[in-house]
Amino acid sequence: MGSTSEFGRRDLIKRAAAIGLIAVPSMSVLSACASGGDSGNSNQVDKGEKSATNPLAINEGAPLDVVIFDGGFGQQYAKDAEAEYGKVFPSSKVSHSATQKIQSTLQPRFNGGTPPDLIDNSGAEQMDMGTLVGKKQLTDLNALLDAPSVDDPKKKVRDTLRPGVVEMGQFDGQETWILYYAYTVYGVWYSKTNLRKLDAQYPETWDEMLAVCEKAKKKGIAGWTYAGKHPYYLPFSLYPFIAKIGGREVLDKIDNLEPNAWKDPAVKSAFEAYYELYKKGYILKGTPGLTHIESQTAWNEGKALFLPNGSWVENESKKTTPKDFQMAVGAPSGLDKSDKLPFGTIWASGGEPFIVPKNAKNPRGGMELLRIMLSKKSSQNFIKQVSSLTSLNGGTEGLTLPPGLASSQEALTKAGQNVVNPRIQDWYVALQKEKIGVAAIGELMAGRATPDEAIAKIQRFADDTAKDASVKKYRHK
Amino acid sequence: MQHGKYRFIVGFLALPLAIYGVFVISPFIQAIYYSFTDWTGLSPDFKMVGFQNYQRLWDDEVFWKSVGHNVLLLVLPLVTLGLGLFFAFMLNVGGRRRKNAAIAGVRGSSVYKVVYFFPQVLSIAIVALLFQFAYNPNSGALNSFLKAIGLDSVQPDWLGDPQLALWCVMAVMVWCNVGFYVVLFSAGMSSIPKDFYEAALLDGANRVQTFFRITLPLLWDTVQTGWVYMGIMALDAFAVIQIMTVGPGGPDYSTEVLAYYLYTKAFRDGQAGYATTLGVALLIVTMIFAGIVMKLGRRERLEY
Repeated sequence: MGSTSEFGRRDLIKRAAAIGLIAVPSMSVLSACASGGDSGNSNQVDKGEKSATNPLAINEGAPLDVVIFDGGFGQQYAKDAEAEYGKVFPSSKVSHSATQKIQSTLQPRFNGGTPPDLIDNSGAEQMDMGTLVGKKQLTDLNALLDAPSVDDPKKKVRDTLRPGVVEMGQFDGQETWILYYAYTVYGVWYSKTNLRKLDAQYPETWDEMLAVCEKAKKKGIAGWTYAGKHPYYLPFSLYPFIAKIGGREVLDKIDNLEPNAWKDPAVKSAFEAYYELYKKGYILKGTPGLTHIESQTAWNEGKALFLPNGSWVENESKKTTPKDFQMAVGAPSGLDKSDKLPFGTIWASGGEPFIVPKNAKNPRGGMELLRIMLSKKSSQNFIKQVSSLTSLNGGTEGLTLPPGLASSQEALTKAGQNVVNPRIQDWYVALQKEKIGVAAIGELMAGRATPDEAIAKIQRFADDTAKDASVKKYRHK
Repeated sequence: MQHGKYRFIVGFLALPLAIYGVFVISPFIQAIYYSFTDWTGLSPDFKMVGFQNYQRLWDDEVFWKSVGHNVLLLVLPLVTLGLGLFFAFMLNVGGRRRKNAAIAGVRGSSVYKVVYFFPQVLSIAIVALLFQFAYNPNSGALNSFLKAIGLDSVQPDWLGDPQLALWCVMAVMVWCNVGFYVVLFSAGMSSIPKDFYEAALLDGANRVQTFFRITLPLLWDTVQTGWVYMGIMALDAFAVIQIMTVGPGGPDYSTEVLAYYLYTKAFRDGQAGYATTLGVALLIVTMIFAGIVMKLGRRERLEY
């Protein structure tokens, strides 16, 4: 053996170690991205026999692969629906998995061309819908919508859904890519008990709102709190407030990313009203540092009266809610008599977006499971389990609803046609959450930006997004 | 037998190099390739777009902010290693002189050594969560403590305050890393021959002098490794940012770092192509850092 001295063993090891040290972290970030082979549609299972119990003609023996987002609503409702599916198609093997990490679990499967048959694409790791649609990765669900419904075969599934649900699942054309299963009511959440203790009614105008907050302040209670770490909860009451002041068109312009959409006087009045909450000290101290859970707990403990949130809050805060809390949702208080829309205008929209990938092996099976989920039986099961409404219109008959849910149902009835649905939330996630939410509205409510500064900042963000070619654009029809 | 030497070495290195090539080098090259495409990460169909991603990067305000924060985070190694060295010195050399021993640690040093190592045992996710509770402005340990000592008027929002948020994150990272370096440096110090210290003490050197004249120079290699390692940790910082901060990455982008920004682009916005561009930028920043450290740290090696 020759001598190796001239190689400088020690240097070699030292250098190798240094390179390794650099390589490890960089690699772990970079290698997360690697695309797989081509997608093919050839591995789809054959069509089955169409019948009364099988209107979508699914292959009765084909396995079904379902991935559920295991978040605020859990996964039991899906398991129950799968059991129903198993009763109708006993020879089909259903594999169920649930995760909070939708994107990291499923992205490789999409890239490899082997996605599951039905996905609840929800939560913080939601896959970007616009991209999925734009890249033609989804199955058109119109076949499902035109199939007869489980409860009344004379009625199409389409006609059993709540208004607006089908439209939310469409993008540019007539195809319906997404079916929102849950139905969420957004607004100002409060405890009837705590308001009664103050001898107060839910305020219908902003002056009344300020008066209630002042009353509470004298008793050492804050008027408002919110998820300070996720300030994009504030729009849940702020956006319908803007619509109430200036009409639906203001929100539509905002959704369409039109120039100067945010410079509308209605936006300014709404921002100024909310800023007043901060200036008068009606916001619970420390709110900008609270997570959604922490803010909900403080609200449950009666430290603050009002909380902008969605109807999932009842289920999410179940453990910390006192028995006599009497949770309720209020439509945003108006500004004054000149408001364009009446009191009761509220934000409601579909939640829990279900999708059937285009390259799924058994897409008909995925749609069939959705059809079963939209039956009255499964829908009531969902309502009972997680106290949230579903997209099935009605379906609450004969159920004793928990207080928050009952109040959501009431609010929807009261709102009638005045339900708004700002689409910026699902069309432009980055803009809505981190830019408008955290960097502008969050700063406004923490008192670090004035309404004018916040609006100018948001307008700049919106203009940037409008110019950004890498973001797919949508418009109201 | 000189001629067989290379073949011999190659024979041994082939397999590890191949594995390294497949699992480390090729993802690098792939990532660089993807950074020139408009790949979404959600479908295998994409096209080349040239330098478009890099142009966008250059104009991206948030990117420059994240780079700034990453550079600021490089203060971390300085503090962490400084504290680590100080504690290790106190544990091994800093104690009062006792009988039969030229040098000793402070009283109870063996217990401290274990205590310092505790945070290292906890997963970073747990540490971040615990500190998130501590930073809670309403009921967190920090503000409760401030209240208890009568500072009712000083109740910062901690992570909710753009001025403080990044420093809060840094404090957590220092807290959970110091222990490791205390142990590492302790091990290094115990291998320094005792006679050096004895000789120095006979010459009348005090503790500060022994530290700078004996301990530090003989420990230099270890310190340098620690420096590189800690620096890379600072350039990452992903876990703490994602678990603890407002937004995450906020408030108002005040805690945005490259690794987290990359993650949101790849896994939330469906812009994997742009995300790999950020990855390449991160790689360059890391390389520059490593280069600087290697250059600055080069010293004559002392053999003993």
